[in-house]
Amino acid sequence: MNVGVVVFPGSNCDRDVVWVTQGLLNQPTRMIWHEDSDLSDIDVVIVPGGFSYGDYLRCGAIARFSPVMQATIKHAEQGKLVLGICNGFQVLTEAGLLPGALVRNRDLHFVCDRVPLKVERTDLPWTNYYRTEEVITLPIAHGEGSYYADANTLKSLEENGQVLFRYCNAEGKSDQSSNPNGSLNHIAGICNRQGNVLGMMPHPERASDPSLGGVDGMRLFEGMLGAIAAIL
Amino acid sequence: MTVTQNYQAQIYVTLRPSVLDPAGTAVKSGLSHMGYNNVEQIRIGKYVELTIAADSEDAARQQLDQICDQLLANPVIENYRFDLQKLSTPLNVGS
Repeated sequence: MNVGVVVFPGSNCDRDVVWVTQGLLNQPTRMIWHEDSDLSDIDVVIVPGGFSYGDYLRCGAIARFSPVMQATIKHAEQGKLVLGICNGFQVLTEAGLLPGALVRNRDLHFVCDRVPLKVERTDLPWTNYYRTEEVITLPIAHGEGSYYADANTLKSLEENGQVLFRYCNAEGKSDQSSNPNGSLNHIAGICNRQGNVLGMMPHPERASDPSLGGVDGMRLFEGMLGAIAAIL
Repeated sequence: MTVTQNYQAQIYVTLRPSVLDPAGTAVKSGLSHMGYNNVEQIRIGKYVELTIAADSEDAARQQLDQICDQLLANPVIENYRFDLQKLSTPLNVGS
């Protein structure tokens, strides 16, 4: 599996992703500068967390027009895998690869925590190493992570099974007290209709190396690897 | 000869009414601490100024709509409007 990790000015979780895919999973991994546009060797594009272009204007708004994102849109249109984590999720919504938007957290706080999430669907590369409705714990760290979409978009996301991760409590129940940022429908991560593009606010790359105190994120990368191995 | 005119645009980007504005709510709470209990409905937006050269006011407005739709505002969560003023120094470009 050839992994490409996009690097914008202001990305700061890029090396964490490289540590997982190259350091732990031994997969060839290339960091792709935002001005590059050749992704022809890449199987999975990962847009990492951080503050691309200083989060100026809106989170992810300026990154959308970079050469690497134009190439990433084409990559996604070919049905290939694209993963956006945190700021990467914001970039994917701004780029129109995923519906909706991420807005300021309900309580205005930058939330840095480990939170339980329910895995809603397990028939996609991203989640097929998890059990359906399994409750996992992943770190979150964001100020603008409240998912917003209009009522029709939310309805179609739910009807098409596009919500992959939902904030919940330790028992797997979702309500306002287990929702860290005010996301509508307690949404933590969604995919596009086809399932090849995933955006999520939680950080699976920060919960993959056992020395960091949690490994619930690792199966996401392993699932990705398994799906690519099945195609190649 | 094409006469290109400079325009100044004053662009206002505001959150759509359906989107919660927690920052506006926080400012409202600050104002009520100051004793202004008669202030309601604070919504915080953005203001952008730019100058643009165009062959006509219509052409300038058309480009500004594209600029706002594609970058300055996110139509999923925001609305925009702008005022346009002709600047007094026209530029002569091309022939």
